[in-house]
Amino acid sequence: MFLSKVRITLRKSILDPQGKAVEHAVSALGVKSVHDVRMGKYIEFMVDGDSETEAKRATEEVCKKLLANPVMEDYQFEIQKV
Amino acid sequence: MNESVKFGVVVFPGSNCDHDAYYACKKIMHQDAVFLWHKDADLQDVDAVILPGGFSYGDYLRCGAIARFSPIMKEVIRFANDGGAVIGICNGFQILVEAGLLPGVLLRNASLRFVCKYVYLKVENADTRFTNVCRPGEVLAIPIAHGDGNYFTDPETLAALEANRQVVFRYSDIDGRITDEANPNGSMANIAGIINEAGNVLGMMPHPERAVDPLLRHTDGQKIFQSIINSFVSTRTRQALEAAGHTLIAAEGGRR
Repeated sequence: MFLSKVRITLRKSILDPQGKAVEHAVSALGVKSVHDVRMGKYIEFMVDGDSETEAKRATEEVCKKLLANPVMEDYQFEIQKV
Repeated sequence: MNESVKFGVVVFPGSNCDHDAYYACKKIMHQDAVFLWHKDADLQDVDAVILPGGFSYGDYLRCGAIARFSPIMKEVIRFANDGGAVIGICNGFQILVEAGLLPGVLLRNASLRFVCKYVYLKVENADTRFTNVCRPGEVLAIPIAHGDGNYFTDPETLAALEANRQVVFRYSDIDGRITDEANPNGSMANIAGIINEAGNVLGMMPHPERAVDPLLRHTDGQKIFQSIINSFVSTRTRQALEAAGHTLIAAEGGRR
């Protein structure tokens, strides 16, 4: 079995109003060095089987078809054997 | 030819404008209407499908992303690809873009706020089966109620939408001017509603079903429903005439 850890972020070209709002709050907090805040999602799930290639393929399919919308989002994932 | 049009209103868990849409079709427009449960795979021979507003599946993951995989949506997608009339309102619009029946995506409102108010819409294309009773450039008063209505797409798709006249409604002021002030959510080019290339699938963020009852003063939403009904009447008139041996030349004068 494998553990897939997926990170979904808004594509660079998309304005991220939530990130901007957090950035304003950071600035209000008085931390001046922090900027370019981007919000995203973290999703993890288990994948049955012994083949890492297969687990990657299944994760890729789920990301592409469901978890991320390629019009506005990018995804990255890592998998580990458990 | 006096046969009424049969509307099917899809009900997802979390839909909350399904009864308004049903009421508009049945009690205001005096047509036939049925509810279509999300777990069913039967469209019950409806003429037109309405994907209503609400928060299908709690808006989990992304608005409309889960609804797209429901059994009824498989049938709706097939129906749409066969040329059936489909209108997605608010969450229904979000479902249509997630299902790939319309291009683009609806992002979080630029203000980050849920906006619930009456807005003005300029009819940019009155030559569709959803707007044929409107005058070109007519300004309609119809309410919006959404947190994620900020239409976005890539520049190539936007150019294609504009070139094909697929932008049906834009947020405007009362005089039809397309201004930033009249844009309630940050949508590209003030887009409030678009149609697919084939002209049978419309997605719009504003709620025509909330502006139909004279008791509530605003009735501009009736024009969307009436246009859909007209599109069937003209189709049926043509079919009846053809069955009787008549041939219509340039039927409907370009208005589908």
